[in-house]
Amino acid sequence: MAQPFVKKDDDRDDEDEYSPFMGIEKGAVLQEARVFNDPQLDAKRCSQVITKLLYLLNQGETFTKTEATGVFFAVTKLFQSRDTGLRRMVYLMIKEISPSADEVIIVTSSLMKDMNSRTDMYRANAIRVLCQITDGTLLTQIERYLKQAIVDKNPVVASAAIVSGIHLLQTAPEIVKRWSNEVQEAIQSRAALVQFHALALLHQIRQNDRLAVSKLVTSLTKGSIRSPLAQCLLIRYTSQVIRESVVNIQTGDRPFFDYIEGCLRHKTEMVIFEAARAITELSNVTARELTPAITVIQLFLSSSKPVLRFAAIRTLNKVAMTHPMAVTNCNIDMESLISDQNRSIATLAITTLLKTGNESSVDRLMKQITNFMSDIADEFKIVVVEAIRSLCLKFPLKYRSLMNFLSSILREEGGFEYKKAIVDAIVIIIRDIPDAKESGLLHLCEFIEDCEFTYLSTQILHFLGNEGPKTSDPSKYIRYIYNRVILENATIRASAVSTLAKFGAMVDSLKPRIFILLRRCLSDNDDEVRDRATLYFNYLEGDGPVVETEESVKDFLFGSLDIPLGNLETGLKNYIQDPSEEPFDVNSVPKEVKSQPPAEKKAPSRKPTTGLGTLPAGLTSSADAYENLLSSIQEFASFGKLFKSSVPVELTEEETEYAVNVVKHIFDHHVVFQYNCTNTIPEQVLENVTVIVDASEAEEFSEVASKPLRSLPYDTPGQTFVAFEKPQGVPVVGKFSNMLRFTVKEVDPSTGEAEDDGVEDEYQLEDFEVVAADYMLKVGVSNFRNAWESMGPDCERIDEYGLGPRESLAEAVNAVIQLLGMQPCEGTEVVPSNSRSHTCLLSGVYIGNVKVLVRLSLGIDGAKEVSMKLAVRSEDGNVSDAIHETVASG
Amino acid sequence: MATFLSREVCPTIKNILLLDSEGKRVAVKYYSDDWPTNSAKLAFEKSVFTKTQKTNARTEAEITMLENNIIVYRFVQDLHFFVTGGDDENELILATVLQGFFDAVTLILRNNVEQREALENLDLILLCLDEIVDGGMILETDGSIIAGKAATSSNMDDGASLSEQTISQALATAREHLTRSLLSYLNHLIYRWCFAAIF
Repeated sequence: MAQPFVKKDDDRDDEDEYSPFMGIEKGAVLQEARVFNDPQLDAKRCSQVITKLLYLLNQGETFTKTEATGVFFAVTKLFQSRDTGLRRMVYLMIKEISPSADEVIIVTSSLMKDMNSRTDMYRANAIRVLCQITDGTLLTQIERYLKQAIVDKNPVVASAAIVSGIHLLQTAPEIVKRWSNEVQEAIQSRAALVQFHALALLHQIRQNDRLAVSKLVTSLTKGSIRSPLAQCLLIRYTSQVIRESVVNIQTGDRPFFDYIEGCLRHKTEMVIFEAARAITELSNVTARELTPAITVIQLFLSSSKPVLRFAAIRTLNKVAMTHPMAVTNCNIDMESLISDQNRSIATLAITTLLKTGNESSVDRLMKQITNFMSDIADEFKIVVVEAIRSLCLKFPLKYRSLMNFLSSILREEGGFEYKKAIVDAIVIIIRDIPDAKESGLLHLCEFIEDCEFTYLSTQILHFLGNEGPKTSDPSKYIRYIYNRVILENATIRASAVSTLAKFGAMVDSLKPRIFILLRRCLSDNDDEVRDRATLYFNYLEGDGPVVETEESVKDFLFGSLDIPLGNLETGLKNYIQDPSEEPFDVNSVPKEVKSQPPAEKKAPSRKPTTGLGTLPAGLTSSADAYENLLSSIQEFASFGKLFKSSVPVELTEEETEYAVNVVKHIFDHHVVFQYNCTNTIPEQVLENVTVIVDASEAEEFSEVASKPLRSLPYDTPGQTFVAFEKPQGVPVVGKFSNMLRFTVKEVDPSTGEAEDDGVEDEYQLEDFEVVAADYMLKVGVSNFRNAWESMGPDCERIDEYGLGPRESLAEAVNAVIQLLGMQPCEGTEVVPSNSRSHTCLLSGVYIGNVKVLVRLSLGIDGAKEVSMKLAVRSEDGNVSDAIHETVASG
Repeated sequence: MATFLSREVCPTIKNILLLDSEGKRVAVKYYSDDWPTNSAKLAFEKSVFTKTQKTNARTEAEITMLENNIIVYRFVQDLHFFVTGGDDENELILATVLQGFFDAVTLILRNNVEQREALENLDLILLCLDEIVDGGMILETDGSIIAGKAATSSNMDDGASLSEQTISQALATAREHLTRSLLSYLNHLIYRWCFAAIF
């Protein structure tokens, strides 16, 4: 038999297409595995067979249960052999077939023997195998050995035990938690990787105990960690501690910040980058804190290693979303990255530049991008198109060059997703920038002249029908639309007919011509097109079976279906299954959307769904979740429409027994406080949890209802609610003090069952206030000047204020934005450093759905005294006054 | 209150792939559940391969993103090395793991890094994968240590204890040389010599 596994000498002759596994077949290999049972084991032969089995598994071949069991039992025989190489393959094989619980018992004794072997390699591998296949009961038997192994002087053995501990923590946490002392000792190991593994395990053991994590960080940041990987871990843990701790108000310093900043000077790039990234991700990071991090990242931008350049530009890209000013120093380096070989890096560079660029650099950038677009893949192009869309909304005055760019790339080759991204971008720009409408619509019209995607054509025709008639010269679109009727497939023809009808209904002067065109469609060979044409023809003529008024024609053409499509579908299905003489009645379909249980908030999705149909879907989802939650509670159902929900306000210190935060829901007539409670004590379950609210410092509020929480088990968040009535539409403020009241019951940790008897207990929570900002919704406008002009000076109120000494202009601007709770527009919340004066534009919607715009002009003098001029325009003079009152009393 | 998953705090490797010049598997190892079935795995490998195929990753490790994953990769002859991690992972840590894997395979294949050689030493390569990452957790990143762990336990001879001794000695010498100057011709000669001595 040929022995393809013998490692041949290098100068063996080169046959073509030679593979040692050519023609390999599962059945034959399983037959071969019989050699495992030979009384005289041939170690080399056995290794070869195992390699073949592993090869099959690696190629995705699966073994049936019987086959796997057979192989497993045969492999266990190989523990008899003393060949180290073979033993190594046996370990690998056992891990790959992961035997079932009743089979594991066969190998445990062999593995336990190896665990106590004098050969380090045996010990390390036996530990890893055993811990992977074992269950809890066996673990108690071997725990003693594992603890020893953690502090073994051989780093490979120690790492094997610690890493196994990390995996076991998921299944048997209470056992692994007992190893803390040994793990702590291992952190001091001289071996770099042992240190890394030990630190990871110790942190995971303590991660629910904030105080312990903080202590761990405190002791280790003093510098006993040498391994770069361990250092990266420590940076992550440190920034986590920073995130959870409070900033020192006097100095603005954060604890441990020095340590992370020190890591920027480490000799390993991995650690430097980890530290720089950690700084950029700190919440409310200041310009002073960012500068050193940005400086090291800037150096990485010109590295010869693509991985470094990528890491650096990706971080800057994220920073640019929140602190565009901080990144501008790197603009020159980033511009040279546009021509980077690695297209991912080039795309990130472009999109970052689009975020940091100012109005004057837009044209130059667009020129560079045009060259770049021709040689990248569609997926990168989509990213660029999305960046250009947001750039256009940021600098509306630049719409002309940006729109030209979009239309030129629209004419080029490209796949569906890419074309759709461009069309979406144009549509959104048309919606937000009125000046761009006419040229944008014409670009779209030209596009459908030669568009291969039915979906896009119909979407554009629909959009054209809604927007076209409102333009100054609707007649110029008719030609494009009617061309579709002549040239395209039935689906597009049908939607073109609908669009024509919309023009006919809206523009009287066009009506006679539309009639002629629609009449031609009456003989179309497709049913749908013909039916639509007939229907619209009769509607518009007004002599159909029912005489329609002008209003209802428009309603019919433009109104949207107010029934959830899912419900309609079920309704129709039921009707088909159970047909009756009566026609299907649309009104019988229920209109409520099936309420979904409020899901845990996930990380914000990466791709906001801004399509043609659903514009602001991404932003409103959490508000929708609250609204669904509240309307599903009977007591609160009558409160009407939810106006605003605040961000959660923490009511407890960190590291306490119970974590509680409150969300303030504002209704027209009421406020509802949603207390989110988490019990962090595993040995307890809380029942009948309520919050007793003392509103003596909030006189205008009176409590009307509360909803207690039945049970609050360990680590599962629950909510309790308290509702107050308040004067309608008035922005009353007040302070509330809170007391958590509950019945506490002990839980047996081994069974997880609660004892019958409980004790009444109370827990003091911190106070919170309902402030003026709670009555303001953050709603941006894309073009502040337009909005300001169109609001008019009727309800304008202007006044000047002295804000006293402030640390900086930026701080003063932020304070006012916080106070008012409004949305800064056009990036004006960013104050360039060292500037003496600044204008900030804010917009929002006040309770009662009153639009408010604010123009803040601030100046700072040598003594850091800040003065402010506040101009407010709104739809209601009282609201403008109220804003001034807020500022005056704030 | 556990506000984060422990997994996110610790660097985690999602998979390590070694593919040939047509994108077929030589050896792969998945540590995460993101690709539950074999067909999902194959689909991922295919898209990774197609996406990176035309890039030049021969002198320096390259990097790309795919389906919210970061992939660092490097090509030598007809072998393509990939290491995948989550999109919030430190790119340089992934690159270190790739470098460790790449160095280890280079050592094991005695500089002759190509598909046929890799398949013939598949057992050693699988052992390498086993020594680099355990269940997503990075075990070791130094290529020579990884190769050493895989090779000391390899069955490179047919059991004659005398030549076993020679081999492990020769391997040790070779490793020293290799770590000093990775691609030296000298090491090649030592191997030749020692194999000539056995056979």
